[in-house]
Amino acid sequence: MVDVSSPQSKSRPEALPDRQSDDLRDVARAHRPIPKGKVLLWVVVLLFAADFARAVGTNENFGWPVVAEFFFNRTVLEGLWVTIWLAVVSMVLGVMLGLPLAIARMSNDPLAKSISGLFVWFFRGTPLLVQLILWYNLSFLFPEISLSIPFGPSLAAWNANDLITPITAAIIGLALNEAAYMAEIIRGGLLSVERGQKETAEAFGMKPMRALWRVVIPQAMRSIVPPSGNQFISMIKATSLVSVIAMADLLYSVQSIYNRNFEVIPLLMVAVIWYLLIVSVLSAIQSRIERYYARGDQQRVVFDNPETVTTQEEAPL
Amino acid sequence: MTATTAQAPILRARNVHKAFGSNEVLKGIDMDIAPSEVVAILGPSGSGKSTLLRCINRLEEINKGFIEVDGEQIGYKLQGDRLVALGSAAIARQRSKMGMVFQSFNLFPHMTVLQNVIEAPVGVHGVKRREAVELATGLIEKVGLADKLNAYPRQLSGGQQQRVAIARALAVKPKILLFDEPTSALDPELVGEVLATMKDLAKQGLTMIVVTHEIGFAKEAADRVIFMDGGHIVEQGKPEEILVNPQRERTREFLHRVL
Repeated sequence: MVDVSSPQSKSRPEALPDRQSDDLRDVARAHRPIPKGKVLLWVVVLLFAADFARAVGTNENFGWPVVAEFFFNRTVLEGLWVTIWLAVVSMVLGVMLGLPLAIARMSNDPLAKSISGLFVWFFRGTPLLVQLILWYNLSFLFPEISLSIPFGPSLAAWNANDLITPITAAIIGLALNEAAYMAEIIRGGLLSVERGQKETAEAFGMKPMRALWRVVIPQAMRSIVPPSGNQFISMIKATSLVSVIAMADLLYSVQSIYNRNFEVIPLLMVAVIWYLLIVSVLSAIQSRIERYYARGDQQRVVFDNPETVTTQEEAPL
Repeated sequence: MTATTAQAPILRARNVHKAFGSNEVLKGIDMDIAPSEVVAILGPSGSGKSTLLRCINRLEEINKGFIEVDGEQIGYKLQGDRLVALGSAAIARQRSKMGMVFQSFNLFPHMTVLQNVIEAPVGVHGVKRREAVELATGLIEKVGLADKLNAYPRQLSGGQQQRVAIARALAVKPKILLFDEPTSALDPELVGEVLATMKDLAKQGLTMIVVTHEIGFAKEAADRVIFMDGGHIVEQGKPEEILVNPQRERTREFLHRVL
């Protein structure tokens, strides 16, 4: 029940009818009128969406039976597998290289700083397609690749043609390009961690690398994960560029099929649906990772939205 | 000069100078701290007192003079008559002898209270995890937060966070505890609980250097008060002398303003 504050009841002597109307004013019993405009907008949007779905679904030019026929086609699945592992391997290598690049770029050492800066400048500054073609044709530029002391004798040498296959060219091209972007993402994340944290870790006798691993990076992950997810999703799609160097990824596989049966659109739809499926799975994984790294932040979540807390605590990961 | 001159000092600072660019913040500090001594450093903001504290564990590098803790020069090593700058690993080892409590707590937000407290003992001092947990649990109980072991720092009030920070500093069994304005970022009603914890420690014979604005704490818990202004030590002595009957005009002015 509502507690009527004493000064108010004093100022109004006829307390009884007032108390009744005060009860009526209790916001706990309020009705919220349905927002008509909003409902109308929903109806209109849903109608358009349904109509569009119908138009796409019943349009014979999309060739849905063909899509169904080729969706689990062996060549398509093999291409899908190539796309996935190529993206994963390139991303892992990209992160492994991007992290030291980011640290080097933030260091006070002019040599490390400029090497890292130069790397990012080059690999971010040139089109990925050109980089892939250059790697693939490396044997044209350097017929022999040798490990040697600068200006000195050679220790080991390989024929570039043997070394550079479509697979190695694709991995090197994608990973180096990814490393340049990841370096910048990671650097941004490291910069977002309050300076006092590193200082505190060092004040307690942690060596700089340990302070980085235990204190700075876990906090930086909060701002590293969302753009990295973004980056990984672009990477999944960027793998389709390797079809130019005859690497049989998802896109290349569907191309090879429609070059034979001329069902271009249905087979592209097969690829589109697979790409969307991968990306959906990745987004779900990303949000779990984000929740994990937000674990120290539960208090803030409690204030913002009490419902999210339960899911927060359930997420084991 | 010091309250307990019988023992060799645990900290010696001689002619310490520190400048940020052209701004000279410390202009020749000489200071001895005896083991188990509790020293409160007072002074207006900009007097260099926090910088002095940060120089002691080499969060700042000094430009002239030297600081010695537990018989070891901080940041440098004398080889014959050559003075050689130490690398980051050796500096980390020197710092591991000191515990520090910061104005803004600086707990690690991604770790629970317990994890915060065991991080340095396990990671830096190589204490076994089980022993560290036992020690940490005891310390967290001692600062009155036994029920918050698995809470994250953001779920605690400022006063509770600072008490965890004190437990974290104690967990490394420091030779010296450094406090950098530990109550300045707290709401007034939370200052008391942190000061009470610090007074407890002072009674237990820990060596403490406390940069503070809390005259009350200096009066009750400190063995010695150092008053700094403009990068110099203006005056120092027993709290009852300095706080009640200061000799220097500058000290009198400062106390008049804060009391």
